Amino acid sequence: MEELVSIFVRSIFIDNMVFAYFLGMCSYLAVSRTVGTSIGLGAAGIFVLVITVPINYLLENFILAKGALSWLSPRFAEADLSFLTFIMFIAIIAAMVQLVEMIIEKFSPTLYSSLGIFLPLIAVNCAILGGSLFMQERNYANIAEATAFGLGSGVGWFLAIVGIAAIREKIRYSNVPAPLRGLGITFIITGLMGIAFMSFMGIEL
Amino acid sequence: MSENDNNQKEVLFSPKNKKLLTNPLGKDNPINVQVLGICSVLAITVQLRTSIVMAISVVAVMGLANVIISLLRKTIPPRIRIIVQLTVIASLVILVDQVLKAFVYDVSRQLSVFVGLIITNCIIMGRLEAFALQNKPWPSFLDGIGNAAGYAWVLLAVGFFRELLGSGTLMGYNVIPGFMYEMGYEDNGFMILPPMALITVGIIIWVHRYKDRDLIDIS
Repeated sequence: MEELVSIFVRSIFIDNMVFAYFLGMCSYLAVSRTVGTSIGLGAAGIFVLVITVPINYLLENFILAKGALSWLSPRFAEADLSFLTFIMFIAIIAAMVQLVEMIIEKFSPTLYSSLGIFLPLIAVNCAILGGSLFMQERNYANIAEATAFGLGSGVGWFLAIVGIAAIREKIRYSNVPAPLRGLGITFIITGLMGIAFMSFMGIEL
Repeated sequence: MSENDNNQKEVLFSPKNKKLLTNPLGKDNPINVQVLGICSVLAITVQLRTSIVMAISVVAVMGLANVIISLLRKTIPPRIRIIVQLTVIASLVILVDQVLKAFVYDVSRQLSVFVGLIITNCIIMGRLEAFALQNKPWPSFLDGIGNAAGYAWVLLAVGFFRELLGSGTLMGYNVIPGFMYEMGYEDNGFMILPPMALITVGIIIWVHRYKDRDLIDIS
């Protein structure tokens, strides 16, 4: 249990998707004009990460990794399908996003209309694929750890996008040099937020 | 590199095709203006060497993906086009990944997950959606190469400054002369840290928009 909490907190603050690895920057920059929409996108991100990371964990450990197929027949003990990782992960993510979209549309039309356009966007959000690839690289011991990591990175990304949206709403009233307005200042603020988040580094739980 | 090649061949190109190639370098730049494909620019630009390898990989994937999608554009059913595009890109990225692992293993280690993340690099998806699905292979190819080159120069610029100021080296060779250190110059270790990539890009955008006033965000 402690291990899970530690992974969760690490992935929110220390290994934050946006500030430490710059994942999901495109939608982070494009959809952070108002707090409302960024909450929607952030929630969709958490949702999809929590679903896809564990599924890709199972895929990795029971199909793709070296020797993972041995449950099927001892003949496959040497099989190594890891070169298929990218294409399998992205297929799962695209399929899951589509599925999640359909489920939400069926059961909660209000949530669907508020997430609406963001869900399909999520499929090509690098934070989602990045989550799965980091999960593979860090070799989590079991599916619970992978889920904790997925949830943590989702929450971290949510925090980042809501934070920057709030700052951007305020900065509209400031006198920023004209060429720096919009994109430029957003980058620099994100950098400063990243420096602030670096102060979490070295925290051990 | 690709820019020089293009300059020699330009006579063969119609002005329209030429524009496809040159616009993304300046006023249509995928990173500075269209805000696409930011993730990888930031993460792998600690050194110039990784930036170069990444830039070449993206140019290759992007040119080929645009051609393939453009060839298939009449057969892809619109409803499932996203997944078809992702499959094409993912296959190309697998090729690039295997090549990198075979020939420049150490760089491939450093790039770690970011080679895989070329798949979700939104420049590629964006250009496929916006251009390759409606145009013939040759213009699509030029558009792909142009946009990838626009991406590449920003990548190389960020990599150049971060390595030069952060470690005092370029491509791993020392370029800051020894007497500078004796006089009290120190490398700015801060440049190596992730947040400085963001600030460097912010400054590049600032300079770019200062030079090209049309790009200034009025809103």
